[in-house]
Amino acid sequence: MAKRSIDKSVEHMLDRKTPDSPETIWDRADNQKPHCTFGEQGLCCRACYMGPCRVKPGSKKRERGVCGATAEVIVARNFARMIASGAAAHSDHGRDVAETLLLAAKDPDSGYTIRDERKLNKVARAFGIDTKDKTTEEIAAAVAETALADFGRQEGEVAFTHLAPEPRQALWRDHDIVPRGIDREIVEVMHRTGMGVDQDHRSIMLQGARAALADGWGGSMIATELQDILFGTPSPVRGQVNLGVLSETEVNIVVHGHEPVLSEMLVIAAKDPELIALAKTKGAAGINLAGICCTANEILIRHGLPVAGNILQQELAIWTGAVDAMVVDVQCIMPSLPEVARCYHTRLVTTSPKGRIPGAKHFDLSDKRPLDTAKAIVKEAILNFPNRDKVDIPDEKMDLIAGFSHEAINYMLGGSFRESYSPLNDNVINGRIKGVAGVVGCSNPKVTHDQAHVSLTEELIANDILVVQTGCSAIACAKAGFLRPETAEKYAGKGLAEVCKAVGMPPVLHSGSCVDNSRILIALSEMVKIGGLGSDISELPVAGAAPEWMSEKAIAIGQYFVASGVYTVFGVGLPVEGSKIFSKHIFKEFEEVFGGMWGVEADPGKMATLIIDHINSKREKLGISKGRERVLFDMKMRRELE
Amino acid sequence: MSKLIATRAIRGAHKLFERAEKELKAAIDEKGPDTKVEFPNTGYYLPISHGMLGLKIDTLGGLTQLLEEARKLLPPVPDENLWVPYLGHTMDAGMATLFIDEIIEAIKYTQNPLPYLTEPNPSDDQLWIGAANDVILRERGIEFVDGTAPGFAACVGYCPTNEIAVKIARELQEKNLYVFMSAATDGKSMAQQLREEGVQMGWETRLVPFGDDVTATVHSLGFATKVALSFGGSQPGDFQRVLKYNKNRVFAFVLALGPVDDEKHAQAAGAINYGFPTIADTDIDQILPSGICTYEHVVSPVEHDNIVAKAIEVRGLKITVTKVPIPVPYGPAFQGERVRKEDMYVELAGQTMPGFEFLTTRPLDEVEDGKIEVIGPEIDDVEEGTHLPLAVWVEVAGREMQPDFEPILERHMHDLVNCAHGVWHMGQRDINWVRISKEAKEKGFKFKHFGSILHAKFHGEFGKIFDKVQFKIYTREKEILELIEHARKVYHERDDRIAGMTDESIDTFYSCTLCQSFAPNHVCIITPERSGLCGAYNWLDGKAAHQINPTGPNQPVKKDKEIDDVKGQWQGINEFVYSTSHRTLEAFNAYSIIEFPMTSCGCFECISGVLPSTNGIMTVYREYPEMTPCGMKFSTLAGVVGGGVQTPGFIGHSKHYVGSNKFISAEGGARRIVWMDSGLKEEMRSILCEIGERDGIDGFVDMIADETVAVTEEEVLEYITRKNHPALTMPPLF
Repeated sequence: MAKRSIDKSVEHMLDRKTPDSPETIWDRADNQKPHCTFGEQGLCCRACYMGPCRVKPGSKKRERGVCGATAEVIVARNFARMIASGAAAHSDHGRDVAETLLLAAKDPDSGYTIRDERKLNKVARAFGIDTKDKTTEEIAAAVAETALADFGRQEGEVAFTHLAPEPRQALWRDHDIVPRGIDREIVEVMHRTGMGVDQDHRSIMLQGARAALADGWGGSMIATELQDILFGTPSPVRGQVNLGVLSETEVNIVVHGHEPVLSEMLVIAAKDPELIALAKTKGAAGINLAGICCTANEILIRHGLPVAGNILQQELAIWTGAVDAMVVDVQCIMPSLPEVARCYHTRLVTTSPKGRIPGAKHFDLSDKRPLDTAKAIVKEAILNFPNRDKVDIPDEKMDLIAGFSHEAINYMLGGSFRESYSPLNDNVINGRIKGVAGVVGCSNPKVTHDQAHVSLTEELIANDILVVQTGCSAIACAKAGFLRPETAEKYAGKGLAEVCKAVGMPPVLHSGSCVDNSRILIALSEMVKIGGLGSDISELPVAGAAPEWMSEKAIAIGQYFVASGVYTVFGVGLPVEGSKIFSKHIFKEFEEVFGGMWGVEADPGKMATLIIDHINSKREKLGISKGRERVLFDMKMRRELE
Repeated sequence: MSKLIATRAIRGAHKLFERAEKELKAAIDEKGPDTKVEFPNTGYYLPISHGMLGLKIDTLGGLTQLLEEARKLLPPVPDENLWVPYLGHTMDAGMATLFIDEIIEAIKYTQNPLPYLTEPNPSDDQLWIGAANDVILRERGIEFVDGTAPGFAACVGYCPTNEIAVKIARELQEKNLYVFMSAATDGKSMAQQLREEGVQMGWETRLVPFGDDVTATVHSLGFATKVALSFGGSQPGDFQRVLKYNKNRVFAFVLALGPVDDEKHAQAAGAINYGFPTIADTDIDQILPSGICTYEHVVSPVEHDNIVAKAIEVRGLKITVTKVPIPVPYGPAFQGERVRKEDMYVELAGQTMPGFEFLTTRPLDEVEDGKIEVIGPEIDDVEEGTHLPLAVWVEVAGREMQPDFEPILERHMHDLVNCAHGVWHMGQRDINWVRISKEAKEKGFKFKHFGSILHAKFHGEFGKIFDKVQFKIYTREKEILELIEHARKVYHERDDRIAGMTDESIDTFYSCTLCQSFAPNHVCIITPERSGLCGAYNWLDGKAAHQINPTGPNQPVKKDKEIDDVKGQWQGINEFVYSTSHRTLEAFNAYSIIEFPMTSCGCFECISGVLPSTNGIMTVYREYPEMTPCGMKFSTLAGVVGGGVQTPGFIGHSKHYVGSNKFISAEGGARRIVWMDSGLKEEMRSILCEIGERDGIDGFVDMIADETVAVTEEEVLEYITRKNHPALTMPPLF
C-alpha cells in the first residue's frame, strides 16, 4: 500500500486507529478501488437516459455512444461540464461577496464594513466608476452593483477581463470567447453539452474556455477583490500550521470551507470579551480559532490565525478530540463529518443555506445579523468545551509567512514610494530568477498526501523558480516549512536565494485561497505591463501546476490559466486520456490557440522537469536564456529612457 | 546577508526620528510654532517633502506634519527569526529618514548664528555650506542637462588617509561628477580631509561640503529632487515621477567611507529610493539583486583604488573622457578653480601684458597635426612670479572646415584650457589672461601643454569638422605685437558678419533638443536673432553642432511657408515643433510673449513676464534672489515658465536676446520693458541705451524701474507713469 501521507501528524493520527475508530477518507478511497476506468478516462456519458454509455475508441462495438457521440465528444462534454461546475462554485462564492459588499454599503448595522478604501478605489477605477464626489459607501455600492451585473449580463464583456494584457484580450476576441456574463457562460456550457447539441470537441472547449475565463477573470476575481475591500488586502503575516495548532487548554473552533464572509465574523466573535469570559467560566484558557482548507487560508492571510490542516485533515482534526466546534460553509466539506463528529464531542455547525448536512446544527449566517449568529456559534462551542473526553493533539506545527497579495508583492519589492514589480522582472531577466510557477490545488487520497506538492516545489525552487501558491497546496508546503524565509538559504537555488535575501521573503509565496488564484492572473498581467518579458502572458517564463488535484474547481482554474496563456500541468491524471483526439487537442493544439496548454504528469520529479524545460524555452524565445549583460548608459542612452 | 543592512537602516531611522522629535519640540518651545523655516533662496520649500508629498512647509509648526509623515512610514525592525519581508520596509525607513533629516536641517536654519555659510563656496572659517539655493541649481542644472555632469557622488564619512581622500575627490572630478560631502564619523569627514590638504572646495570646483551632520546628507537628495522638479517637469507630490526621473537621468551614488553606523545606513536606504546605490569601503554586506536601482543596491567592501570605477559601473554609467596628455588632472570640475596670487608660479597676458588667442584655417598640406611650437621662454626658463605675454595661434585644416566654425572652436579654448588642474584662464580673443600654479609647475605642466590640451579636446569634440591642427604658442612680446593686429582685423570681420545676419536673410533655423533629457517636450528654435535661452548656443553654434553630429540634438529646420511675419510663425517650424514636442505644441511664434510663445526647458538666463497693469513686461536675471513685481521670485517663476509648457505672458530667454531687434517684436520690442533687476539693468545698460536710441526714446534706461524704486506692480506703474515710460502709450498687450 502506498504511503498515506508525508505529514507526520497524519501518520500519528492514523497509527492510533482502532477497529472502533471512525472511517477516514483513506479507508473509503481504498474501498473504491479499482476505480471505473471509463470514468477515470472521461469515456462514460450520462448526459441522457439512453445510456449510460461507455465508449472505447478503436473497438468495433463501442466506438460510439447510443446517440452516436464519439469518444472526443463525450470527453469534451464531461470536461466542459467539470469546468462549468468549478466556475459555478467560485462564481457563486463571488456573488455572495458582492452581495455582502452591497449590504455593507447600504446597511450600517450589517456588521460588515469597508476595510480597504484604496482597493475599493482601485476596483472602482477598473470598473470605470466615476468616484468623484461620492462617499465610500456610494462607491462600494456602485462596485457591488457592477460586479453583480457581470453575473447576469447578456452581452458585452465581463469587466475584469480588461485587466488582462491587450494582446490577450485581442486573442480572446478573435476566438469570440470573452465572457459576456458569468452565469450565461456556465448555462451555455450546460446547454451545449447536453444530448445532441455541440458535436465538435473544439467548439465545446472554446465555450469551456469562455466559462473558465468567466471564473478566473470574473467570479473568482470578484470574490478576491471584493473580499479585500471588505476584509482588508492581505500583507505578509506570521502564522502556524498543522494539527499541533489545536489547543489543549482553549476552546478550539475550527472553521472550514471557503467563504470569509463567515470566518471574518467568527474572527470578531472569538475576540468578544464576554465570550472569552464565558469560556473561562467553563474552564478554558481562551478561544482558539483555527481553520481547515481555504477558509483557513482566508483567516491566515488576513489575521495570521492558525491553520489546522488541508482538506484531507478535516476528519483527523476531529479525531484529536480537541475540536469543540467545526463550523463549515461551502465546498470541500466531507459528508462523512457528522459520522466522525459523533464519535467525539465535536459539534458540527453548518452556516450556508447552500450547504446543509444531516446531523449538523444549522446557524443561518445569511440572515441580517451575521455577527450575532457568529457569536451564537462561538457560544455553542464554548458550551461544548466541558464535554471533551480524551484529547490527543499531534505535536506537529510549523511556522510560516503568508499573505502575498498582488499589492503586498508590489510593496515589498520597493516600499511605498517605489512599489513595483520591476525588481521581479529585472531578476527574471538577469536570470537570478528563472521563472515563476503557480503550484496550487487540492489534496487527493489517490496519491501520497502532500508529497507531490512538496517535492515539486522543492525541485522548482532549487532550480531558481519562484513558487506562488494558493489553497491546500500552500498548506502542504507550509507544513513542510517552505513558507519560512530561512528556506531560501536552505532549499532555493543561488540566484533565487539572493533575491529572497534581498527582499526578506521566502522562495514560496502563499497568496491565499483557491479563488485567490485570480491574484496570480493579476500578477502575471503586471509582469507583462512592467515590460522586458514580452507583450502577453503567454510569453512569460511561467507555468502552473496542480499536482494533487481532485475538485472540478481545479479543472476550471486549470482551464482559465491555459486560456490566459499559461502552460498548466496537472498531477494524478486527467479524465481525458480516453480520447487521443481530445488529448492531442488540449495537450498540444491549445498551444496554437491560446499560447498555453494542458499537461499531465503524475510523477512530481518529471512534472518539475516539464515545467523547468518550458520556462527555459520561454526564456530562450525572449532572448534572456543567457542572462543579461550590464549596459552602461551614456547621456544619449539616458535621454532615451522613459 | 542583506537583513543586516535592513536592520541597521531601520534602526537608524528610529534613532534619527527620536532625535528629530526632541529637537523639534525644543525648537517650537523656544521659538514658537510660527517661526519661519526655509532653506535659502528657493522656490521648492523643503525639497524632499515638497517633491515627495507636495507639502509647502515654511514654519516650525509645519514641521510637525512632516514628522507625522515620517512616523507613519517607520517600520518595525526585522525579527531575529521568522521575519516578514523587509525590503519595502527598509525603503520606507529610508524615505522617513529623509523627512527626518529635512526636519533637523530646517531647524538649523532657524538658529543664530547659522551653522552654515550661505555662499556657493566655503570660506576660511566656515567649511560647511548647507542646502544649494536655486541660483546654484539653475547654473549647475545645464551641466546635468548637457551631460557635462553625469551625476554626483554623495560621500559620507572619511577616508583612512588624507591622501586617499584627495585621490578619490580628484578621480571623481576627472569623471566630471559632482562630489557632495556630509556626515562626519567621530568628527572626521572627507571634506575636512580635503581642507587639510588645501584642496579648493565649493560649487565652482564641484567639491561641495554640505555639512558634518549625518542629516546634511539630505541636501544631496534635496538637490536631486529639485533637479527633477525644475528640469524634469515633475509636479510637487508626484513622487513616482521625481524618483523615476532621478533613477533614469541623474546618475548619482553614495560612497560610504569608513565605519558606517545605523544612521548612515538609513541615509543609504533613502538614496536607494532615488535609484542611487551605495558603495562602501568597509564590509557592510551587500544587496546585489537589481530592480530599484539600475543594478546592485549595496556593494562592499571595495578597495579605494577601485572604488570610483566600481561605483560608476554599479550605477550603470558610461563616462567617456578624452584623455588629455598633460601631467595634471583634467576635467570640468577644475574649471571653477582659482589660482591665487600666492599659489601662482607664472602669469600670462592679462591687463598689463599683451596677448591673444586666434584660430584660423589653413590648407591641409600646411598643417602638421599635433605640432606644437613654443616661441619664446618655456615655463622652466622663467623664475617664480614672472609675468609674460601670451599668444596662442591655432591653425586647423580639414575638408569640412568652414570659416563660420573658426570662432566657435576659438571660443572653446577658454573652457578647455581652464579644465586643467592648476591652470586658470580668463577671457578670450585679445583679452586673455592665464595663471599657472606652483603645484602644476611642480608636476611638470608646460606652456606647450596648452597645445596638448587643445589638440586632444578639439579632436575629441570637433573631430568631424577638421582633420589636422597645429599650435604656435608665443611668449615673446615681439612676435605677439606683430601678429595681434591681424587677429584683431579678423575679430572685427567676424563680428560684422554675425551682426549682419537676420532671420530674414536665411531660410533655415536650428533646433536644440539637448534639454529633452530633462524637459521631454521642450524644443528650442535658434534663429540668428534669437539665441538659445541658456545663452550658450547661437545660430552658428547650432549649425556647427549639426555638422559635428548630424543626428544630434541640433537639427536644421526649414522655415517653409510664412504664416505670420510679425509674430514669427512659419509652417515648417510649426510642423517640426509639433512632432518634436511629442505633439504637445501646435504652434510657435518666435517673436511673441503673448501668443504661442516659445517654451523653456529650465536653463534660461532671464525670464520676462507681463505686468498687466503697466502694459509692459519685467525682465529678471536668474541670479536675482528677491521678490519681483509679478509676485514671484525667480525660483517660483522658473517653475511656472519651465518644463516645456507654453505659458502665455512669460518667456525664458538669454541676456543676448534682449538686445535683439526681434526681442518680443510682435508686442513692440524692448520698449515694453518696465522693470529689470538692477544687476541686469546695469550689465545691459549700453545695450538698453542703444535700444533707446534706435527707438528714439531719450533716457530709456532710466525709465525702467528696478528693485531700488519698485518691488510691486503698483510701484512699477507709479514709477513708469512718473517717468512717462513709452509702454504706457503703446497698444494694449491683450
